[in-house]
Amino acid sequence: MTFINYASREINCKIVYYGPGLCGKTTNLQFIYDSTAAQARGKLISLATEADRTLFFDFMPLELGTVRGFKTRFHLYTVPGQVFYEASRKLILKGVDGVVFVADSQEERMDANIESLRNLEENLRAYGYELMKLPYVLQLNKRDLPNVIATGELTSELQRKGEPVIEAVASTGAGVFDTLKAVAKQVLTELRKA
Amino acid sequence: MSCAESLRRQSIGWTAPPDFSASSIQSIEPADMPNTPIVILEAQFHHIKALLARLRLDSAARLVVLVDKDGQQIAVHGDLGDLDTTSLASLAAGNVAATGGMAKLIGENEFPTLSHEGEKESIHICVIGRVLLLVVFDDRSSLGLVKLRSKQLLHELAKVFNAIEQDSAAASANSSLPFSGITDEEIDSLFSPA
Repeated sequence: MTFINYASREINCKIVYYGPGLCGKTTNLQFIYDSTAAQARGKLISLATEADRTLFFDFMPLELGTVRGFKTRFHLYTVPGQVFYEASRKLILKGVDGVVFVADSQEERMDANIESLRNLEENLRAYGYELMKLPYVLQLNKRDLPNVIATGELTSELQRKGEPVIEAVASTGAGVFDTLKAVAKQVLTELRKA
Repeated sequence: MSCAESLRRQSIGWTAPPDFSASSIQSIEPADMPNTPIVILEAQFHHIKALLARLRLDSAARLVVLVDKDGQQIAVHGDLGDLDTTSLASLAAGNVAATGGMAKLIGENEFPTLSHEGEKESIHICVIGRVLLLVVFDDRSSLGLVKLRSKQLLHELAKVFNAIEQDSAAASANSSLPFSGITDEEIDSLFSPA
């Protein structure tokens, strides 16, 4: 939920990266963290297992700049992708302003993408949100791998409402900032309507 | 309560503590308007800061932080040092969300207070509707004192947040938010290289 503080002249928004296990949600955040000037971002907090899989969430605050005298801050979160972390995954969506669905483009992960997308819609509904009304971007990640499904086919299967679809290779950073920009713009545009 | 216990409490001037459970202050849960931004006006912010300053003094705490349940830091007062309060806020919200999930599994609505005691520094968290009051203290204070002083402040904070909720809904309805008239160019300017 967007927080507007007139005293500190700040606007804070929450963006959640969602998707199946190992699709590259944490890699997106890691790339943003590595490529952003230290004064524009806070620490990257990662609550991960010993095997480096997200256990609860990753978090990093990012300051984009000033609009109308207000600092715009985005709090970026990832959810744990593994199916059995359903309870904690749902908690992260509370108060979300925008969602990025990171799809794994590999053929063998198609079912996992579909299941995770369905799970996202269900969990949003539990908080009174509708994916169709929420700022939302579909990222097709891992486009550099050999066994990927064609973009058109993935899009027709996963796109829900004409949301921006961005091809990405999060490990090299391709498409990562385009994705962030696409969702952040929608969140700010939504604020205009509020 | 036994008759003897009742008499003993009367004789020492004991009165039942007010009910600060989540169910008693549900009016500040925004369940019906998940997308309404929360707006904190300057006077409200300074009122909150004054309450936090009082609590810090009364409880001999190192630091008092007010956090939204979604993980956004609202206000902080005390000896910050190099403490990353943005991360602290996000982790506190995650902590409360996780223990709240556990509470539901065992048939409770939520755990209204959480305490973590370390060797030197400790943390006490109170859930007040949609916000969390977090007190960081060391051996100059005690958990009992922090609990008592925090509890004494809960009603006042709940009142402030009721007003904030109402004002936020009104500001949103009247399109008087700072971003209401923002242009596409202003949004784009955030993403253009400086």
